[in-house]
Amino acid sequence: MRLFEGLARLDRRWIFAVTGLLVLIPLLWPLNLPLSSSPPVRAYHAAIAAVPDGSHVLVSCDFDPAAKPELEPMARSTLRQLLAKRCKVVVVVLYQGGARLVGQIVREVAAERHAVYGTDIVDLGYKAGNEAVMVLMGQSLPNTFPRDQDGLDVRTLPIMRGVRNYSSFPLLVSLSTGYPGTKEYVQQVQGRFHIPIVAGVTAVTAPTMYPYLQTGQLRGLLGGMAGAAEYERLLDERGPASRGMDAQSLAHVFVALCIVLGNLAQWGRRRGDGA
Amino acid sequence: MSLHPSQDLSVWLAAALTLCIFSFLYKDNPFYRFAENLFVGVSAGYYLVLNFWTVLVANLWDPLVTSLDGRHGSPLAARLGDYRAFLVLPALLGVLLFSRFVPRLNWLARWPLAVIIGVYAGLKTTGFAQGDFVAQVQGSIQPLWTGNWGTSLSACIFTVGLLVTLLFFYFSREHKGALGVASKAGMYFLMISFGAGYGYTVMSRISLLIGRFQFLLHDWLGLR
Amino acid sequence: MKRELPLFVTAAVGLFMILSFFVPHQVVSVPADFLQQSAVIVVAFGIVLGGANLLRLNLQSVVKRQAGWPYRLVLIAGLLATVLIGLIEGRDFQAAGTRSTWIYDEVYSPMSSAMFALLAFFIASAAFRAFRIRTVEAGLLALAAFLVMLGRVPLGNALTAALPEGLRLGPIAEWILRVPQNAANRAILIGAALGVMATGLRVILGIERSYLSGEE
Repeated sequence: MRLFEGLARLDRRWIFAVTGLLVLIPLLWPLNLPLSSSPPVRAYHAAIAAVPDGSHVLVSCDFDPAAKPELEPMARSTLRQLLAKRCKVVVVVLYQGGARLVGQIVREVAAERHAVYGTDIVDLGYKAGNEAVMVLMGQSLPNTFPRDQDGLDVRTLPIMRGVRNYSSFPLLVSLSTGYPGTKEYVQQVQGRFHIPIVAGVTAVTAPTMYPYLQTGQLRGLLGGMAGAAEYERLLDERGPASRGMDAQSLAHVFVALCIVLGNLAQWGRRRGDGA
Repeated sequence: MSLHPSQDLSVWLAAALTLCIFSFLYKDNPFYRFAENLFVGVSAGYYLVLNFWTVLVANLWDPLVTSLDGRHGSPLAARLGDYRAFLVLPALLGVLLFSRFVPRLNWLARWPLAVIIGVYAGLKTTGFAQGDFVAQVQGSIQPLWTGNWGTSLSACIFTVGLLVTLLFFYFSREHKGALGVASKAGMYFLMISFGAGYGYTVMSRISLLIGRFQFLLHDWLGLR
Repeated sequence: MKRELPLFVTAAVGLFMILSFFVPHQVVSVPADFLQQSAVIVVAFGIVLGGANLLRLNLQSVVKRQAGWPYRLVLIAGLLATVLIGLIEGRDFQAAGTRSTWIYDEVYSPMSSAMFALLAFFIASAAFRAFRIRTVEAGLLALAAFLVMLGRVPLGNALTAALPEGLRLGPIAEWILRVPQNAANRAILIGAALGVMATGLRVILGIERSYLSGEE
C-alpha cells in the first residue's frame, strides 16, 4: 500500500526519463520484432500497384517537419513504388511549411532512382488557399501552379505535356498531417472530380479516416509510423519507420503500464486517506 | 557500436536547438525560451517569404505584368485560368486587409474578408454535403447478412453502433426510457472510439520522439 | 452600409460558389474559378498581414520593456533575418544551397520536430497522472486504448502470435477500428457535416456575422 502511495507522489521527470530510455535503447540495440501488414496498408499498396505503368500520378504532400517521422517514410516509399512503375509523378504541397522538406524528398528519391527531374518527376511546390487550390486544380493544374518549386515555367516541362487537371491522373495520393489534407481532398475532389484517392496520414488523424475507407472514398490508408513501417515491409525495404517500430512497441507498453500504475497509485492513496 | 560525431557545424546547431527545446522537460529555462522565440520568428518569416514568392508573385504579379505589357492581347480578354487585368481586384482586396492597422479605416478590411468567407462557406457547404453527409449516409446502407457469420455480426454491430451514436447526439428530447438506453449505448461506442483515438495519438507522439532521437543518434552523434 | 455591403458580398459569393458546384457551364465556372483564384491571393495577403502584425506586437513589447522582452528581440531578429534573406534570394529561394534552405533545414525543421516530440513525454506523464478508470465508460475507453496501442505495434503481435488469428492483438485492433470505432466516428462525421452545412448557410444568409465584428 505504501508503495502505491509513494507512486502517487512520483516526480513526473522520472516518467520522462523512462520514456526517453525506452525509446533510446531499442534504437541503439534493435530487437528486430517481426512486422506484419494490416488490410488498409495492403489496399494502399495494391491501389498503387494497379495504376497502369507509365501513367501520371498526382501526389499531394501536405505535411511539415512536425510530422516528418511519420510521413517522410511514407512519401519516400510511395515515390519509389511509383517510379519503379515508370509513373510520371507530379508533386504538390498545400500545407504551409512543407515545401522545402518535400522538395528535398523529391530530389533525393529522384536521384536514387535515376529519375530525370521535369521528365519523370516534378515538384510544383506550395500554394496557399487550401480547398480553393484543390478545386482550382480541377480546372487547370498549370494555371494553379504556373511555376515549379525552382521557379521554372511548368508549361515548358516535358512531364506536364498533356496534363490538364484531375482527369489526367488515374490516382491521387494524399499524404497529410491535418488541414488542408486528405479530408478536404475527399470532400472537394473525390466526389466532384471522381478521382480515386489513397492516403497516408499521421496516426492522430488515422481513425477519422476509417469511415472514408469503408465507403471507398479512400482506396487505401497508411496510418502513422506503424502504417509506414508495414508499407516498407510490403516493398521489402527497411527504412526509418521499420527501424522505429521496436522503440514504438516498448513506449506503447510503457504508456499502458503508466495507466495501470497511475490507477493503482490513486487507489492506494484513496485507501490511505480512508484509513 | 562506435561514435562518429558529425563534422558539419550546421548539424551541431540543429542538435543544440533540439536539446534547448528538450531542456524544458527538466524545467522552464532561458535556453528553452530562446529556442521557442527563435522558432516562432523563423517560422513566421518563412511562411511570409513562401507566400510572397509562391502566391503573390507567381499567381498575381507575374500574370498581371504579362497581361499589361500589351504583347498578349487585350488586358481585359480574360478566360478560364487567365484573368489578366482583373487580377487587380484581388490585389486591391489584399491591400485593403492592411487597413486593420489604421483604426479609422479598419472597416475596409471587411471587404476582403467577405470574399474569403463567401468562397470558403460555399466550398465547405457543398464539400461537407457531398463528401461527408451524402457519401457517409449512402455508405451506411449495407447488407446485414453477408453470407458469413463473422462479417454479418460486424455489420450488425456497426449499424447498431451508428444508430445509437446518432441518437446520443439527438438533444431535442430528454434521454429517458428507450432513448436513454440507446444514447447510453451510443456513449459506449463513443468511448471505444475515443479509446482507439487515444491509442493512435500515443503512437503519433512517440513517433515524433523516435524521429528526433534518430536524428540525434545517427545524424549528430553518428552512432553505428 | 459598412456592414451591409460586405454581408451582401459574402451572400452573393457564397451562393455563386454553391451554384458552381451544380452548374459546370463556363458562364458559372469561369467567374467561380476567378473567385477562388482571388481567395487564394487574398489569403496570401492575409498571411503577410499576420507576419506584419506579429512583428508590430513584439516591437511594442520590446519598446515598452515588457516581461521577457529580450526573448522578443530573438523572435524579431529571427523573423527579419528569414524575411530579408528570402526576399534577397529571389523566387528560387528554396533551391539547394541557398541561405533560406539552410535556415529551414538547420533551424526551423529541427525545432519544429522537437517541439512536437516533447508531447511524447507529456502524454506518458498524463497517462500516469490523469487517466482514471472509475466508470464503465472509462473502462471501455481504456480497454480500446490498450488493445489498439498494443495491437498496432509488432510487440503486441509477437506476444500473441501463438494464438488463433481472431485472438491476436493485430486483427482485434483492426476490428475495433473498422467496426465500433468506425460506427461512432461516422456518426460524428454525419453530425459535423450537418453542423458545417448549417453554419455555412447561416454565414451566407447573413445570420452568422461575427466575422465582421469590430468598429462600425
